Amino acid sequence: MRLTIPEEEIMSPGHLACQGCGAALAVRFVLKGLGRNTIMSIPACCCTVIDGPFPYTAYGVPIWHTAFETAASAASGIKAGLDVLGRKETTVLAWAGDGGTFDIGIQALSGAAERGDDMIYVCYDNEAYMNTGIQRSSATPYGAWTTTTPVKHPKNRPKKDIVAIMAAHRISYTATASIGYPEDLIKKVKKAKESEGTKFLHIIAPCPTGWRSRPDDTIKLAKLVVETNIFPLFEVENGEIWKLSKKSKGTPVIDYLKLQGRFRHLKEEDVQTIQMNVDKEYERLLKRCESA
Amino acid sequence: MSEAKKIDWKGVDDMPEMAVSLSTMRVNKTASWRNLKPIIDYDKCKPCGICWKFCPEPAILLKEDGSPVIDYDYCKGCGICVEECPRKAITMHREER
Amino acid sequence: MMKVIMGNHALSYGAKLSRVQVIAAYPITPQTQVVELLSEMCANGELDAKFVKVESEHSAMAASIGASAAGARAFTATSAQGLALMHEMIHWAVGARTPIVLGNINRAMGPPWSIWTEQNDSLSERDTGIMQVYCESNQEVQDTVIQSFKVAEKVLLPCMVVLDAFYLSHTYEPVDIPEQSLVDEYLPPFDPPYKLDPDDPHTFGSLTDAKWYYELRYKIEVAMNKARYEWKKANEEFENIFDRGYGLVEDYKCEDADLILITSGTITGTARITVDILREKGKKVGLLKIRVFRPFPIDEVRDILGSAKKVACIDRNISFGHSGIFFAEVKSALYNLSNRPPIWGYIAGLGGRDVTPESIIEIVKRTEESDKPEELIWIGLKR
Repeated sequence: MRLTIPEEEIMSPGHLACQGCGAALAVRFVLKGLGRNTIMSIPACCCTVIDGPFPYTAYGVPIWHTAFETAASAASGIKAGLDVLGRKETTVLAWAGDGGTFDIGIQALSGAAERGDDMIYVCYDNEAYMNTGIQRSSATPYGAWTTTTPVKHPKNRPKKDIVAIMAAHRISYTATASIGYPEDLIKKVKKAKESEGTKFLHIIAPCPTGWRSRPDDTIKLAKLVVETNIFPLFEVENGEIWKLSKKSKGTPVIDYLKLQGRFRHLKEEDVQTIQMNVDKEYERLLKRCESA
Repeated sequence: MSEAKKIDWKGVDDMPEMAVSLSTMRVNKTASWRNLKPIIDYDKCKPCGICWKFCPEPAILLKEDGSPVIDYDYCKGCGICVEECPRKAITMHREER
Repeated sequence: MMKVIMGNHALSYGAKLSRVQVIAAYPITPQTQVVELLSEMCANGELDAKFVKVESEHSAMAASIGASAAGARAFTATSAQGLALMHEMIHWAVGARTPIVLGNINRAMGPPWSIWTEQNDSLSERDTGIMQVYCESNQEVQDTVIQSFKVAEKVLLPCMVVLDAFYLSHTYEPVDIPEQSLVDEYLPPFDPPYKLDPDDPHTFGSLTDAKWYYELRYKIEVAMNKARYEWKKANEEFENIFDRGYGLVEDYKCEDADLILITSGTITGTARITVDILREKGKKVGLLKIRVFRPFPIDEVRDILGSAKKVACIDRNISFGHSGIFFAEVKSALYNLSNRPPIWGYIAGLGGRDVTPESIIEIVKRTEESDKPEELIWIGLKR
């Protein structure tokens, strides 16, 4: 048997992730891709808790827990410190959720990216403030229920296009990945490691607790979100060259939506709106890829 | 770092100066979280590594020949392995306690 | 080497002589020259440090903490609004036990906008656990940066070196800039007990419930208490090498004084001259300068003030709804003494208003003539 991802486990079991947690898988995959010579900066997010309480840890590499809006700025400081101490070969990994990236941490992230500070910034996206109890973030998709977007007033704005924002910083490498496709994810992690300056990876990580989905559907959802073009997999080099990583299957969005309680309230016309928006966005992405 | 050492200090003088980890979460056996228990039918299993690959804990180990072994100390019973196994070689069973 | 430099550059020289390795800073008036000179020093190779030109003070402190956690000596500088924006991360630096040195130029908080001196910015950080040292001269600013690293790295707490906007930050004074070799002899390289190191991986700052959080807070207080001793020791060693020094406090003509003035920052210089003027007129006036504010020099304050008949505290700050902050601190330090002098609290010089010898003479006169201590007297208020 040939393994398709690195065998060595860096993250240890016993951690505090919920059953079927996509974020825990994201940590596991990314650390497999980067290896042990990595330091992680983690702001307030599910992964703060998943790592376990003092004096224990689950991730297997040095972890710097930091304040909510400081994943990138703390990582910049860690990198600067390592540089002056001559430890340039260590990868600095900023690891934040969607709230810490799209919302409260975007200033520090933008600052680090503009400076080109050498780090890989991973946003593991579970599309709401899951750690605080499923409140909407600017990564929450259109139509979704959260505890602050109740079913009578579900989210009525689209998800922020974080990848375009990061690509607009002209950083060397930006990519999307899904825990449903670990080989592609790890390939991108390795590519990010080899690229210079700030690199940004946007990883979709289903959350059974917040998505109101079955824990055993996590991988299925992580694949469907890609197959439906809701979360297409692509790369952007230097903010200019856009490349699709996977051909579209064009699976109807309803196949994805119906597995999640957070979309249960949607009417047929809402689903049609979502399908239309997804198609339009995907067309836009294809144009970007063609023109590049 | 030492593996899976339980740490229980008597008091403040035994502790490090700041909140620094001194052991791993392996001390935390998450088996108690499990309501349903995945069991591998080795007659059906043709080792492919998929269950191992998608375990979020990770609580599936691979033997030399590539066949998977579930580490029931840590398996939380999420059922991803059951769902993803292409040969339907893993099935869920009510946890007996 | 004697050089005439501004207070802001005294901070920069202090940082350079301390061989800081990472500087992360964001510009704010009146701090800018601190980081301008440091970025020049980094650019021309005089200083072997990485300068992270962050996009906010919040990031400045977050990056300084990250650098310190990686094992590098880190320095930053700010003022007023910038310090307020850093506030969350100052708590973080303390809890993480990262011995960063922060230069803060005392500036009044807006609104209305003001760029002139006042201590409310730094004193708002009083309860974070960062050490605070208030300087009177440019020489003291430079030397205090070096001493701060010495103490901070011993006790693993950050330290704020505080100087008045313009009265010190932009005022040129002769400063003895020592040989690097002497500073190297004084200040060893930074060597923390734990750092971010893939060869010895540890997690820092994990979720900590009530089982151990309380003990970790106790350790911060133990470190603060130890810092009282470390400041004295650091100063003794400093005196041995550099022939000058500064205590936690400085008392001036207090031995036989009936009335002791309390000051901090640049008002001290004016007060010292005023004490001389009043002494010439036969008035037994003394002066206590509080230099180290955190840890609070409780023993020194008690020793020096215990014998006075009257005490008058001058605060360029105010805790609205209570009193001047140094006043409140001194008063609480004296409370448990069986023989304690009455203490008058004066607010003066907010927003950079000049505090002159005349202002201080007025304070002395008012205290002398009063029988009953008053807690909140506004000096120089236009009515």
